[in-house]
Amino acid sequence: MRHVISLLLENESGALSRVSGLFSARGYNIESLTVAPTEDSSLSRMTIVTSGSDDIIEQITKQLNKLIDVVKVVDISEAAHIERELMLVKVRATGKDREEMKRMADIFRGRIVDVTESSYVIELTGTQDKLNSFVGAIDKDLILETVRSGVCGVGRGDRVLKI
Amino acid sequence: MVLTGAEIVIRCLQEEKVEYVFGYPGGAVLFLYDELSKQDTVRHVLVRHEQAAVHAADGYARSTDKVGVALVTSGPGVTNAVTGIATAYCDSIPMVIISGQVPTAAIGQDAFQEVDTVGITRPCVKHNFLVKDVRDIATTIKKAFFLAKTGRPGPVLVDIPKDVSAHKCEYEYPKTVALRSYNPIVKGHQGQIRKALGLLLEAKRPMIYAGGGVVLADAAEKLTKLTRLLGFPVTNTLMGLGGYPATDRQNLGMLGMHGTIEANMAMHYCDVLLAIGARFDDRVIGNPAHFQSEPRKIIHIDIDPSSISKRVKVDVPIVGNLSDVLDDMIKMLESAGDKPNPVQIEPWWKQIEEWRRRECLNYKNSTEVIKPQFVVETLWKITKGDAFVTSDVGQHQMWAAQYYKFDKPRRWVNSGGLGTMGFGLPAAMGVQLAHPGSPVAVITGEGSIQMCIQELSTCKQYRLPIKVLSLNNRYLGMVRQWQQFFHGNRYSESYMDSLPDFAKLAEAYGHVGLRVEKPGDVEGAIREAFSRKNDLVFLDFQVDPTENVFPMVQGGKGLTEMILSSEDL
Repeated sequence: MRHVISLLLENESGALSRVSGLFSARGYNIESLTVAPTEDSSLSRMTIVTSGSDDIIEQITKQLNKLIDVVKVVDISEAAHIERELMLVKVRATGKDREEMKRMADIFRGRIVDVTESSYVIELTGTQDKLNSFVGAIDKDLILETVRSGVCGVGRGDRVLKI
Repeated sequence: MVLTGAEIVIRCLQEEKVEYVFGYPGGAVLFLYDELSKQDTVRHVLVRHEQAAVHAADGYARSTDKVGVALVTSGPGVTNAVTGIATAYCDSIPMVIISGQVPTAAIGQDAFQEVDTVGITRPCVKHNFLVKDVRDIATTIKKAFFLAKTGRPGPVLVDIPKDVSAHKCEYEYPKTVALRSYNPIVKGHQGQIRKALGLLLEAKRPMIYAGGGVVLADAAEKLTKLTRLLGFPVTNTLMGLGGYPATDRQNLGMLGMHGTIEANMAMHYCDVLLAIGARFDDRVIGNPAHFQSEPRKIIHIDIDPSSISKRVKVDVPIVGNLSDVLDDMIKMLESAGDKPNPVQIEPWWKQIEEWRRRECLNYKNSTEVIKPQFVVETLWKITKGDAFVTSDVGQHQMWAAQYYKFDKPRRWVNSGGLGTMGFGLPAAMGVQLAHPGSPVAVITGEGSIQMCIQELSTCKQYRLPIKVLSLNNRYLGMVRQWQQFFHGNRYSESYMDSLPDFAKLAEAYGHVGLRVEKPGDVEGAIREAFSRKNDLVFLDFQVDPTENVFPMVQGGKGLTEMILSSEDL
């Protein structure tokens, strides 16, 4: 099953490779991994999307907790939570496609953030599903480039990941 | 007080009461070596290869309850040390490794003898540090020792660039250390402990399975007390030998791939299993699916939560320091006055005695050719079970584990998790330095000993009177055994041709070498070796090359599917 694991770790060089090394060394799957400093500059927050049986997810959580740099680990997909991913899509936009692209961007609540005579860059945020739907909805031949940030997530309501 | 980085390192080691540093000098650690020479509280032991430095620090740590310390230079120094570090990591041995690094300005420039030490060692250390600022040295070393010995112990590496060891700063050794992300649980959950006792008291076929954690936590006495209080059978893993007296009636011997029938059968058919500081390793339970085919309740006590329910599902997990948890269990049992009903488990003991009557460790001795088991048994008799025994890896290791009866913890020093050939001799150096007056024996083979044989030179320099017992069967014995059983007798590359004359080799290093060829000479040779209190004696036993280790559970098979002798093949 798909899980979204959020963790706080010391904002130190090498901390990221300890986490990614753990996954590769133990053969766990990483679908996406997003990391950036938090409002507390000594801490980074990481969101890992992974999948596996309950036993594997239990081991992943335990092994992450065992890393000295890791301060706190939560599986935010255990309860209601919000997930977002950012995508930038560069598309060819000429002739009748130009109007069509604008329309599709509007429907998906995207924003066109760069315009040239022949291309747009569309910025989209949302769940992975929504971004996948957008990519599926537009003509594949028109896509010049896509770049996605990976998922970041936060628990709903009172659930807070903080030290 | 303003000191250089190198001075600070030495001060820190003194603060940590480090007696010995095992190491090898090189360009990146020259400032450190200079400071070492100016003092005499921290004694440096010069090995002949960095792998041996780490193994020696490891042997020192395993045979005491202290942290072992190794010091190596950058690049090839530290890559040579990696095998030793991985060995200590697999067996959770508290150790601090200090490595030199090229100057900070040269890091990342592919400088001479530069290697990404933190990157290379990351998967096989508990934690590691690169110290970029001289002001961080003291706190980092304090953290390193703290991490190495608390929680689940393990090796911690501190990488210090050359210029950092030359820079100066104000020195103060921190009194305490706080790591907000590191708070190992010590006290076991009282509710879970109560639940565990409930299960144990109701058990009809109980079994205690104790691993290396018991030895590491210095909890052997408590394990013994609890086991006797309960009247239950107990088995030790390879790493746990000595955690419960081997000669006690309640001990069923070692379990696992080369475990006894009674231990393996009881492990499989018990109804309540109390696992203590053991991690259900593949060499212990064989095939996990086969193991789980028999229903039983499992209680698992371990300091490391990730060891619980890793390979088998556990019913009652108890995370905590074994010594504290066992204390709690004993107190609860005594205060409640609850005792297991011996009548309830009598049929179980009857069954165990039946298994035991098979005497699976019996072997056919010979008057013609030396049997390796006989050598180990004789060593046990002569040293009265009181020697520190280190081993390498292979058949001799298993015979050592099976035939030397360890009644006390920390007497058995071997590479269990990683299975490192070349471990025995350097580990014995650490053990002998930690216990100068005690008998120390290395049980090895002609294959293993050659992986670190250069350390005979270190033994000479420091006058270490170690007794090396080589069970020389002219084969990589365990490889040969597997090739015989599972590869149609095709002994591909397992024959050690062109062996040296080990007795002469030992003599060339300035030691005493004896070649022993007849069973009748075994006892005399071992006696002579131990009577030479000041000499290293190398005993080269020419043993039966066809002898195999039994019982054996083939990899992937279940614990009850044992091969008991060659006739079973």
